[in-house]
Amino acid sequence: MSEIDTQRRNFLKTSAGAAAVLIAPGFMLFDIAHGKPQGASNKVRWGMLIDTAKCKSGCNDCVTACNRENGLSGGTAATDSQWIRKIELKDISSGREVSLPMMCQHCENPPCVDVCPTNASFKRVDGIVLVDKHRCIGCRYCMMACPYKARSFVHEPLHDQNPDVPRGRGTVESCTLCVHRIDQGGKPACAEACPNNVILFGDLNDADSEIAKKLRSLSSVQIRADLHLNPGVRYQGI
Amino acid sequence: MKRLASLLLCLCVAPTWAGEVTGTPKLDIGRGGQCVEDTQWMRKNHMHMLKHQRDEALRKGIRDEKISLKNCIECHASMKDDSVIARADSFCVGCHKYEAVKLDCFECHSGKRKSAWLQQRDAK
Ligand code: SF4
Ligand code: SF4
Repeated sequence: MSEIDTQRRNFLKTSAGAAAVLIAPGFMLFDIAHGKPQGASNKVRWGMLIDTAKCKSGCNDCVTACNRENGLSGGTAATDSQWIRKIELKDISSGREVSLPMMCQHCENPPCVDVCPTNASFKRVDGIVLVDKHRCIGCRYCMMACPYKARSFVHEPLHDQNPDVPRGRGTVESCTLCVHRIDQGGKPACAEACPNNVILFGDLNDADSEIAKKLRSLSSVQIRADLHLNPGVRYQGI
Repeated sequence: MKRLASLLLCLCVAPTWAGEVTGTPKLDIGRGGQCVEDTQWMRKNHMHMLKHQRDEALRKGIRDEKISLKNCIECHASMKDDSVIARADSFCVGCHKYEAVKLDCFECHSGKRKSAWLQQRDAK
Protein backbone atom coordinates (compact mmCIF):
# COMPACT_ATOMS: atom_id res chain seq x y z
CA MET A 1 0.00 0.00 0.00
CA SER A 2 1.38 3.39 -0.91
CA GLU A 3 2.06 5.99 1.69
CA ILE A 4 -0.86 8.11 0.58
CA ASP A 5 -3.22 5.16 0.83
CA THR A 6 -2.05 4.44 4.34
CA GLN A 7 -2.57 8.01 5.35
CA ARG A 8 -6.03 8.13 3.87
CA ARG A 9 -6.88 4.97 5.68
CA ASN A 10 -5.59 6.26 8.96
CA PHE A 11 -7.40 9.49 8.49
CA LEU A 12 -10.67 7.64 8.28
CA LYS A 13 -9.83 4.95 10.81
CA THR A 14 -8.31 6.68 13.75
CA SER A 15 -8.92 9.83 15.60
CA ALA A 16 -5.29 10.86 15.14
CA GLY A 17 -6.29 12.95 12.16
CA ALA A 18 -8.81 14.70 14.28
CA ALA A 19 -6.28 17.38 15.15
CA ALA A 20 -6.93 19.00 11.81
CA VAL A 21 -10.66 19.19 12.33
CA LEU A 22 -10.81 18.99 16.08
CA ILE A 23 -13.67 21.09 17.22
CA ALA A 24 -13.02 23.76 19.77
CA PRO A 25 -14.97 23.11 22.93
CA GLY A 26 -18.09 25.16 23.06
CA PHE A 27 -21.64 24.92 22.05
CA MET A 28 -23.60 25.93 19.07
CA LEU A 29 -27.05 27.27 18.55
CA PHE A 30 -29.14 26.00 15.70
CA ASP A 31 -30.37 29.32 14.59
CA ILE A 32 -32.87 28.23 11.96
CA ALA A 33 -36.04 26.44 12.82
CA HIS A 34 -36.66 24.39 9.70
CA GLY A 35 -40.27 23.60 10.21
CA LYS A 36 -42.33 20.83 11.62
CA PRO A 37 -40.32 17.71 12.38
CA GLN A 38 -43.48 15.59 12.16
CA GLY A 39 -43.67 16.11 8.40
CA ALA A 40 -46.47 16.69 5.92
CA SER A 41 -49.95 15.56 6.91
CA ASN A 42 -52.36 13.65 4.69
CA LYS A 43 -55.26 15.41 6.39
CA VAL A 44 -54.29 18.54 4.53
CA ARG A 45 -54.61 19.36 0.85
CA TRP A 46 -52.92 22.60 -0.08
CA GLY A 47 -54.42 24.59 -2.90
CA MET A 48 -55.06 28.05 -4.27
CA LEU A 49 -58.09 29.93 -5.49
CA ILE A 50 -57.39 32.60 -8.08
CA ASP A 51 -59.87 35.40 -8.53
CA THR A 52 -59.34 36.48 -12.14
CA ALA A 53 -61.80 39.36 -11.78
CA LYS A 54 -59.32 41.15 -9.50
CA CYS A 55 -56.21 40.26 -11.50
CA LYS A 56 -54.85 43.19 -13.50
CA SER A 57 -53.64 42.88 -17.05
CA GLY A 58 -50.01 43.96 -17.26
CA CYS A 59 -49.33 43.31 -13.57
CA ASN A 60 -46.51 40.82 -13.14
CA ASP A 61 -45.92 41.03 -9.40
CA CYS A 62 -46.62 37.35 -8.66
CA VAL A 63 -44.15 36.30 -11.35
CA THR A 64 -41.48 38.67 -10.07
CA ALA A 65 -41.97 37.46 -6.51
CA CYS A 66 -41.69 33.82 -7.61
CA ASN A 67 -38.50 34.51 -9.57
CA ARG A 68 -36.96 36.29 -6.62
CA GLU A 69 -38.01 33.66 -4.09
CA ASN A 70 -36.87 30.70 -6.13
CA GLY A 71 -33.86 32.25 -7.80
CA LEU A 72 -35.15 32.11 -11.40
CA SER A 73 -33.51 34.41 -13.92
CA GLY A 74 -36.78 35.98 -15.03
CA GLY A 75 -35.98 35.24 -18.66
CA THR A 76 -38.82 33.98 -20.87
CA ALA A 77 -36.86 32.28 -23.66
CA ALA A 78 -37.70 28.67 -24.47
CA THR A 79 -34.77 27.48 -22.37
CA ASP A 80 -35.48 29.67 -19.33
CA SER A 81 -37.26 28.26 -16.30
CA GLN A 82 -40.68 29.73 -15.68
CA TRP A 83 -42.64 28.46 -12.70
CA ILE A 84 -45.51 30.91 -13.03
CA ARG A 85 -46.66 32.90 -16.06
CA LYS A 86 -49.23 35.58 -16.70
CA ILE A 87 -51.75 34.62 -19.36
CA GLU A 88 -54.08 36.99 -21.18
CA LEU A 89 -57.29 35.45 -22.51
CA LYS A 90 -59.72 37.04 -24.91
CA ASP A 91 -63.16 35.78 -25.78
CA ILE A 92 -63.33 36.59 -29.47
CA SER A 93 -67.12 36.77 -29.74
CA SER A 94 -67.71 39.12 -26.82
CA GLY A 95 -64.31 40.79 -26.65
CA ARG A 96 -64.07 40.09 -22.89
CA GLU A 97 -60.48 39.96 -21.67
CA VAL A 98 -59.13 38.15 -18.63
CA SER A 99 -55.66 38.10 -17.15
CA LEU A 100 -54.55 35.28 -14.86
CA PRO A 101 -51.49 33.59 -13.38
CA MET A 102 -50.84 30.01 -14.45
CA MET A 103 -48.56 27.56 -12.74
CA CYS A 104 -48.35 23.89 -11.73
CA GLN A 105 -51.91 23.02 -10.75
CA HIS A 106 -50.82 20.44 -8.16
CA CYS A 107 -53.11 17.79 -9.62
CA GLU A 108 -54.59 15.12 -7.42
CA ASN A 109 -53.97 12.64 -10.24
CA PRO A 110 -50.83 14.11 -11.76
CA PRO A 111 -49.83 12.79 -15.20
CA CYS A 112 -46.27 13.98 -14.56
CA VAL A 113 -46.04 11.47 -11.72
CA ASP A 114 -47.65 8.71 -13.83
CA VAL A 115 -45.05 8.94 -16.56
CA CYS A 116 -41.91 9.54 -14.50
CA PRO A 117 -39.67 6.48 -14.96
CA THR A 118 -37.59 7.12 -11.85
CA ASN A 119 -40.20 8.09 -9.30
CA ALA A 120 -38.61 11.53 -9.17
CA SER A 121 -41.92 13.26 -9.80
CA PHE A 122 -44.07 12.62 -6.80
CA LYS A 123 -46.99 13.96 -4.85
CA ARG A 124 -46.49 14.69 -1.19
CA VAL A 125 -49.26 13.49 1.13
CA ASP A 126 -50.48 17.06 1.50
CA GLY A 127 -51.06 17.33 -2.25
CA ILE A 128 -47.93 19.24 -3.30
CA VAL A 129 -46.41 17.84 -6.50
CA LEU A 130 -42.62 18.03 -6.55
CA VAL A 131 -39.57 16.79 -8.43
CA ASP A 132 -37.04 14.86 -6.37
CA LYS A 133 -33.95 16.13 -8.14
CA HIS A 134 -31.82 13.48 -6.48
CA ARG A 135 -33.61 11.02 -8.75
CA CYS A 136 -34.53 13.06 -11.82
CA ILE A 137 -32.60 11.95 -14.90
CA GLY A 138 -33.79 14.83 -17.03
CA CYS A 139 -35.73 12.70 -19.50
CA ARG A 140 -38.47 15.34 -19.65
CA TYR A 141 -41.33 12.87 -19.99
CA CYS A 142 -43.17 14.84 -17.33
CA MET A 143 -42.89 18.01 -19.37
CA MET A 144 -44.59 16.25 -22.25
CA ALA A 145 -47.26 14.77 -20.01
CA CYS A 146 -48.26 17.95 -18.18
CA PRO A 147 -51.35 19.43 -19.84
CA TYR A 148 -50.62 22.84 -18.28
CA LYS A 149 -47.06 23.27 -19.62
CA ALA A 150 -46.06 23.89 -16.04
CA ARG A 151 -42.59 22.38 -16.08
CA SER A 152 -39.19 23.65 -17.13
CA PHE A 153 -35.87 21.96 -17.71
CA VAL A 154 -32.67 23.51 -16.39
CA HIS A 155 -30.24 23.72 -19.31
CA GLU A 156 -27.30 25.56 -17.80
CA PRO A 157 -25.27 25.15 -14.62
CA LEU A 158 -26.64 27.33 -11.82
CA HIS A 159 -24.89 29.20 -9.06
CA ASP A 160 -25.97 30.97 -5.90
CA GLN A 161 -29.26 29.15 -5.46
CA ASN A 162 -31.51 30.01 -2.54
CA PRO A 163 -30.35 27.71 0.28
CA ASP A 164 -34.03 26.74 0.71
CA VAL A 165 -34.61 26.07 -2.98
CA PRO A 166 -32.08 23.67 -4.49
CA ARG A 167 -32.12 23.70 -8.30
CA GLY A 168 -29.65 22.30 -10.78
CA ARG A 169 -28.77 21.58 -14.35
CA GLY A 170 -30.15 18.45 -15.96
CA THR A 171 -33.28 18.29 -13.86
CA VAL A 172 -36.87 19.34 -14.37
CA GLU A 173 -38.59 21.77 -12.04
CA SER A 174 -41.89 23.51 -11.53
CA CYS A 175 -43.85 25.46 -8.95
CA THR A 176 -43.31 23.89 -5.53
CA LEU A 177 -46.12 25.91 -3.99
CA CYS A 178 -43.18 27.35 -2.02
CA VAL A 179 -43.05 24.16 -0.01
CA HIS A 180 -40.14 25.54 2.03
CA ARG A 181 -42.37 28.39 3.20
CA ILE A 182 -45.41 26.20 3.79
CA ASP A 183 -43.37 23.89 6.01
CA GLN A 184 -42.53 26.88 8.16
CA GLY A 185 -46.15 27.95 8.37
CA GLY A 186 -45.93 30.54 5.59
CA LYS A 187 -47.66 30.93 2.26
CA PRO A 188 -46.40 30.97 -1.33
CA ALA A 189 -44.43 34.05 -2.39
CA CYS A 190 -46.86 34.82 -5.24
CA ALA A 191 -49.86 34.85 -2.90
CA GLU A 192 -48.00 37.11 -0.51
CA ALA A 193 -46.85 39.51 -3.23
CA CYS A 194 -50.10 40.05 -5.14
CA PRO A 195 -51.21 43.64 -4.51
CA ASN A 196 -54.81 42.80 -5.46
CA ASN A 197 -55.22 39.73 -3.25
CA VAL A 198 -55.98 37.58 -6.27
CA ILE A 199 -54.32 34.44 -4.98
CA LEU A 200 -55.91 32.81 -1.94
CA PHE A 201 -53.81 30.02 -0.49
CA GLY A 202 -55.13 27.46 1.97
CA ASP A 203 -56.17 23.96 2.94
CA LEU A 204 -58.93 22.62 0.69
CA ASN A 205 -59.71 19.87 3.21
CA ASP A 206 -60.31 22.19 6.16
CA ALA A 207 -63.99 23.12 6.02
CA ASP A 208 -63.33 26.23 8.11
CA SER A 209 -60.52 27.62 5.98
CA GLU A 210 -61.21 30.72 3.92
CA ILE A 211 -60.47 28.91 0.70
CA ALA A 212 -62.85 26.03 1.46
CA LYS A 213 -65.60 28.47 2.41
CA LYS A 214 -65.15 30.40 -0.81
CA LEU A 215 -65.13 27.25 -2.90
CA ARG A 216 -68.42 26.27 -1.23
CA SER A 217 -70.12 29.59 -1.78
CA LEU A 218 -68.75 30.88 -5.10
CA SER A 219 -68.59 29.42 -8.55
CA SER A 220 -65.08 28.33 -9.50
CA VAL A 221 -63.57 26.14 -12.17
CA GLN A 222 -60.74 23.74 -12.62
CA ILE A 223 -58.87 24.39 -15.83
CA ARG A 224 -59.25 21.40 -18.16
CA ALA A 225 -61.61 19.76 -15.70
CA ASP A 226 -62.41 17.32 -18.53
CA LEU A 227 -59.09 15.58 -17.83
CA HIS A 228 -60.22 14.61 -14.30
CA LEU A 229 -56.88 15.52 -12.75
CA ASN A 230 -58.59 17.44 -9.95
CA PRO A 231 -56.08 20.26 -9.70
CA GLY A 232 -55.49 21.96 -6.36
CA VAL A 233 -55.45 25.37 -8.07
CA ARG A 234 -58.92 26.71 -8.92
CA TYR A 235 -60.04 29.81 -10.81
CA GLN A 236 -62.93 32.22 -10.35
CA GLY A 237 -64.37 34.42 -13.07
CA ILE A 238 -63.44 32.54 -16.23
CA MET B 1 8.22 3.39 -19.85
CA LYS B 2 5.03 3.77 -17.90
CA ARG B 3 6.66 2.33 -14.83
CA LEU B 4 9.54 4.76 -15.16
CA ALA B 5 7.11 7.66 -15.44
CA SER B 6 5.24 6.65 -12.31
CA LEU B 7 8.53 6.14 -10.48
CA LEU B 8 9.56 9.66 -11.39
CA LEU B 9 6.19 10.92 -10.30
CA CYS B 10 6.54 9.17 -6.94
CA LEU B 11 9.93 10.73 -6.43
CA CYS B 12 8.45 14.16 -7.03
CA VAL B 13 5.44 13.65 -4.86
CA ALA B 14 6.99 11.80 -1.94
CA PRO B 15 8.95 14.65 -0.35
CA THR B 16 5.88 16.87 -0.02
CA TRP B 17 4.04 14.15 1.80
CA ALA B 18 6.97 13.25 3.99
CA GLY B 19 7.16 16.86 5.06
CA GLU B 20 3.75 16.83 6.70
CA VAL B 21 3.21 15.72 10.23
CA THR B 22 -0.07 13.91 9.82
CA GLY B 23 -0.65 14.28 6.08
CA THR B 24 -4.30 15.05 6.66
CA PRO B 25 -6.07 17.97 5.07
CA LYS B 26 -6.15 21.26 6.89
CA LEU B 27 -9.68 22.48 6.90
CA ASP B 28 -11.42 25.72 7.60
CA ILE B 29 -14.10 24.36 9.95
CA GLY B 30 -15.96 27.65 10.14
CA ARG B 31 -17.75 28.35 13.38
CA GLY B 32 -17.44 24.74 14.51
CA GLY B 33 -18.76 23.82 17.94
CA GLN B 34 -20.57 20.73 19.16
CA CYS B 35 -21.66 18.57 16.22
CA VAL B 36 -24.72 16.30 16.19
CA GLU B 37 -22.44 13.25 16.47
CA ASP B 38 -18.77 12.93 17.32
CA THR B 39 -16.18 13.89 14.74
CA GLN B 40 -15.02 10.40 13.89
CA TRP B 41 -18.58 9.14 13.47
CA MET B 42 -19.45 12.06 11.22
CA ARG B 43 -16.36 11.52 9.14
CA LYS B 44 -17.44 7.99 8.36
CA ASN B 45 -21.19 8.37 8.23
CA HIS B 46 -22.22 11.88 7.25
CA MET B 47 -23.11 10.73 3.74
CA HIS B 48 -25.57 8.14 5.04
CA MET B 49 -27.07 10.67 7.39
CA LEU B 50 -27.49 13.21 4.61
CA LYS B 51 -28.99 10.67 2.26
CA HIS B 52 -31.50 9.47 4.82
CA GLN B 53 -32.37 12.99 5.79
CA ARG B 54 -32.81 14.25 2.24
CA ASP B 55 -35.46 11.63 1.50
CA GLU B 56 -37.29 12.34 4.74
CA ALA B 57 -37.21 16.09 4.19
CA LEU B 58 -38.08 16.20 0.53
CA ARG B 59 -40.49 13.32 0.12
CA LYS B 60 -42.20 13.37 3.51
CA GLY B 61 -41.68 16.94 4.61
CA ILE B 62 -39.95 15.80 7.80
CA ARG B 63 -37.52 18.63 8.33
CA ASP B 64 -35.38 17.75 11.28
CA GLU B 65 -34.41 20.70 13.41
CA LYS B 66 -30.89 19.44 13.97
CA ILE B 67 -29.95 17.12 11.16
CA SER B 68 -29.97 19.01 7.90
CA LEU B 69 -27.51 20.05 5.25
CA LYS B 70 -28.37 23.66 5.96
CA ASN B 71 -27.29 23.20 9.56
CA CYS B 72 -24.00 21.62 8.46
CA ILE B 73 -23.41 24.74 6.40
CA GLU B 74 -24.55 27.05 9.18
CA CYS B 75 -21.76 25.80 11.45
CA HIS B 76 -19.09 24.83 8.98
CA ALA B 77 -19.16 27.56 6.37
CA SER B 78 -15.99 29.60 6.59
CA MET B 79 -16.22 32.72 8.71
CA LYS B 80 -14.29 34.45 5.93
CA ASP B 81 -16.48 33.74 2.92
CA ASP B 82 -19.60 32.06 4.41
CA SER B 83 -19.11 29.03 2.19
CA VAL B 84 -18.30 25.33 2.58
CA ILE B 85 -17.09 25.07 -1.02
CA ALA B 86 -15.49 28.33 -2.08
CA ARG B 87 -11.82 27.42 -1.55
CA ALA B 88 -9.52 24.41 -1.63
CA ASP B 89 -9.52 24.26 2.18
CA SER B 90 -13.26 24.86 2.59
CA PHE B 91 -14.92 22.39 4.92
CA CYS B 92 -16.45 20.07 2.30
CA VAL B 93 -13.92 20.56 -0.48
CA GLY B 94 -10.82 19.96 1.64
CA CYS B 95 -11.66 16.36 2.53
CA HIS B 96 -13.42 15.45 -0.67
CA LYS B 97 -10.39 16.51 -2.66
CA TYR B 98 -8.12 14.54 -0.39
CA GLU B 99 -10.32 11.46 -0.61
CA ALA B 100 -10.91 11.98 -4.35
CA VAL B 101 -14.66 11.67 -3.90
CA LYS B 102 -16.74 13.78 -6.25
CA LEU B 103 -18.84 16.29 -4.39
CA ASP B 104 -22.00 17.01 -6.30
CA CYS B 105 -24.44 18.12 -3.60
CA PHE B 106 -23.60 21.68 -4.49
CA GLU B 107 -24.55 21.52 -8.14
CA CYS B 108 -28.06 22.07 -6.82
CA HIS B 109 -27.68 23.01 -3.16
CA SER B 110 -26.24 26.30 -2.05
CA GLY B 111 -22.93 26.09 -0.21
CA LYS B 112 -23.57 29.40 1.51
CA ARG B 113 -25.02 30.37 4.88
CA LYS B 114 -28.59 31.48 4.42
CA SER B 115 -27.94 34.77 6.21
CA ALA B 116 -25.07 35.57 3.84
CA TRP B 117 -27.13 34.57 0.83
CA LEU B 118 -29.97 36.84 1.89
CA GLN B 119 -27.58 39.73 2.40
CA GLN B 120 -26.12 39.20 -1.04
CA ARG B 121 -29.57 39.02 -2.65
CA ASP B 122 -30.84 42.12 -0.92
CA ALA B 123 -27.73 44.05 -1.98
CA LYS B 124 -28.65 43.39 -5.63
S1 SF4 C 1 -49.91 20.74 -13.41
FE1 SF4 C 1 -48.47 19.51 -14.58
S2 SF4 C 1 -46.60 19.46 -13.33
FE2 SF4 C 1 -48.29 20.16 -11.98
S3 SF4 C 1 -49.07 18.27 -11.02
FE3 SF4 C 1 -50.34 18.62 -12.84
S4 SF4 C 1 -49.30 17.41 -14.44
FE4 SF4 C 1 -47.82 17.65 -12.77
S1 SF4 D 1 -37.50 14.59 -16.28
FE1 SF4 D 1 -37.11 13.86 -14.19
S2 SF4 D 1 -39.06 14.19 -13.08
FE2 SF4 D 1 -39.51 14.35 -15.29
S3 SF4 D 1 -40.16 12.28 -15.88
FE3 SF4 D 1 -37.94 12.38 -16.29
S4 SF4 D 1 -36.97 11.63 -14.41
FE4 SF4 D 1 -39.13 12.09 -13.89
